[in-house]
Amino acid sequence: MNTVVHSGAEGFLHRFEGLRARLPGQRLAWVQALREAAAEQFRVAGFPTRRVEAWKYTDLRPVSDAAFDEALTILGDGDTLPAPRGERRAVFVDGRFREELSQIEGASFAIGSLAEELPRLEGRLGALARPAEESLVALNTMLFEDGLLVTVPTGVAGGVLELCSLASRSERPSAFHPRHLIRLESGASLTIVEEASGPEDTRYLHNPVFEIELAEGAVLTHARIQREGVKGFQLGTVYARIEAGATYDNFTLNAGARLVRNEIHAVLAGPKSACHMNGAQLLRAGQHADTTTVLDHAAPDCASRQTYKTVLQGKSRGVFQGKIHVHQVAQRTDGYQMNQALLLSPDAEIDSKPQLEIYADDVKCSHGATVGALDADQLFYLRARGIPEAKARSILVEAFLQEAIEGVTDETARAALESAVAGWWEKEAA
Amino acid sequence: MLRIEGLTAEVDGKPILKGIDLEVPAGEVHAIMGPNGSGKSTLSYVLAGREGYEVTGGSATLNGVDLLGMEPEERAAAGVFLAFQYPVELPGVGNANFLRTALNAIRRGKGESELDAMQFLKLARARLKELQMSEDMLKRGVNVGFSGGEKKRNEVLQMALLRPSLAILDETDSGLDIDALKIVADGVNALRAPDFSALVITHYQRLLDYIVPDKVHVLMQGRIVQTGGPELAKQLEASGYASVQAAA
Ligand SMILES: Nc1ncnc2c1ncn2[C@@H]1O[C@H](COP(=O)(O)OP(=O)(O)OP(=O)(O)O)[C@@H](O)[C@H]1O
Ligand SMILES: [Mg+2]
Repeated sequence: MNTVVHSGAEGFLHRFEGLRARLPGQRLAWVQALREAAAEQFRVAGFPTRRVEAWKYTDLRPVSDAAFDEALTILGDGDTLPAPRGERRAVFVDGRFREELSQIEGASFAIGSLAEELPRLEGRLGALARPAEESLVALNTMLFEDGLLVTVPTGVAGGVLELCSLASRSERPSAFHPRHLIRLESGASLTIVEEASGPEDTRYLHNPVFEIELAEGAVLTHARIQREGVKGFQLGTVYARIEAGATYDNFTLNAGARLVRNEIHAVLAGPKSACHMNGAQLLRAGQHADTTTVLDHAAPDCASRQTYKTVLQGKSRGVFQGKIHVHQVAQRTDGYQMNQALLLSPDAEIDSKPQLEIYADDVKCSHGATVGALDADQLFYLRARGIPEAKARSILVEAFLQEAIEGVTDETARAALESAVAGWWEKEAA
Repeated sequence: MLRIEGLTAEVDGKPILKGIDLEVPAGEVHAIMGPNGSGKSTLSYVLAGREGYEVTGGSATLNGVDLLGMEPEERAAAGVFLAFQYPVELPGVGNANFLRTALNAIRRGKGESELDAMQFLKLARARLKELQMSEDMLKRGVNVGFSGGEKKRNEVLQMALLRPSLAILDETDSGLDIDALKIVADGVNALRAPDFSALVITHYQRLLDYIVPDKVHVLMQGRIVQTGGPELAKQLEASGYASVQAAA
């Protein structure tokens, strides 16, 4: 028996060798082919290094230097799950669906485990993901075990669905790579409130990939609350394809993890579709958060809105990279991108890289970035009214975040985000 | 009572206040007039505790309590209220929430119970009515998009809610229309009481027709150069500061 623990990319490739006969879909030729191709891509590319342009500001060595095991789930009860926010919830522990912790009965649409439905997903799984371009997606494709499968039929209002991802406590670092497939047929709607969390004392890697397909006129609100444990890593990639008249409304709150990458690839594929990608990053000393968006305006008369706000404390680092590609056909594009950072410490650092590539001539596209500290006049005004300094600071930070959060129109999603921000502050004040 | 003795202060190393002596007994309202740049706002900031306004000598006490050693929020809790010459906009901070947080902070300082949202609203509505302000003001961001006059009224609303023992009004009348001027004056007069005193900084005698001061002081180049009764304001209005300069 070989007891050498392999680290980095080699470790994951080694694991694939050992697991390939047991991974879901091993009897399906198309799944096997996807995994084999992804393994080859990951073998060649490995973990991205800072020499890769898209990873210039985020050093993945804390992940690639470490050795991760397969997650051995020992969590039995659901006591660390957030309080329910809606009627339906799908719970994943270490990336595997847990029916006994979930509540999916009685929904007007299909909710289930990707692993179980795999035989019926040929052509759908992998339709949007690009493992050849994004090597973390290759890693996910090689090793995914399960994920959320949601299909909302034509014209159905799906209401609120919670997606809870939990990492279990373990002695040895573990990794999981869920693949979530979400499809809204034409005119369907759904709100997903996603919350990812994990123990504070466990080192783990959560590497989720979403493939989201929105047919004509569909509306998906996707509120993501990332509060992974402080030793956790989350490297997530979202692919969204938005057809005519459909809306994808993504808000991502990064409030946990030692290192997080929130990468979104959205394509406005049909005319008059809309994409909102907003978010807030709340960072304490030692944390690194990277939001990277790639937006393709590939049809005329589409609108996109992006507002990202980052609050940095101590020696923390925030990254925002936002690329907007307006194709030649995408006339009358209305695009807006704003990235703002509030530096609460001289040791904090923010890197911002907006990128506009415009090939259509009738286009309204604006972008901007601001970096600043708390405003001394505002702080004095509050204190002169008797408000203690710490409270005055928290009022101003919340106000800074407010502009991004108030753009979330779905009330359940907005309330969930607001309470997550308030929770972060309470912890801060304690 | 407010007692200021030999107060000197500088900004960015530049001396602005050059020895202020001033007493405002409890129950009295005093006006301060003086040319642009003479140090009126500087005096108000020094009393409220703004950073960057460095006291280099002298003292300032309110009812015997040293103000200069305290943080701004402690001074507010001790009863100091400054109505800003230029009220600050706080985008993203709701006015109602701001007012309640401030009021409860002051009440805590006084050992009084905090008000819940309903109790606060009831109180705020009553004050708004007195000041003829629309309830809409509560829903908006603090001073955000407020007209010049609305900002000043919002200062007076805060004063009416916080009920300070020393109010410093820094040109609260400038930018107000004639009706608003009267409303603001009524707001100040309503607070008049044996344990309340006020320093009213203004350029215009007109305000002093409505808030009749017990004394008028003239501040020039960082010093109080003349003190008199309400008639001094009228005299200044007629002949300007040149006459004072000559006399001083
Ligand atoms: N932050 C600052 N930096 C440099 N100089 C300052 C600063 N603040 C005030 N001063 C200077 O101090 C002097 C007094 O200013 P202050 O604002 O107190 O005058 P004021 O009497 O209130 O005038 P006004 O009637 O125009 O409001 C002015 O010469 C001003 O330029
Ligand atoms: Mg002034």
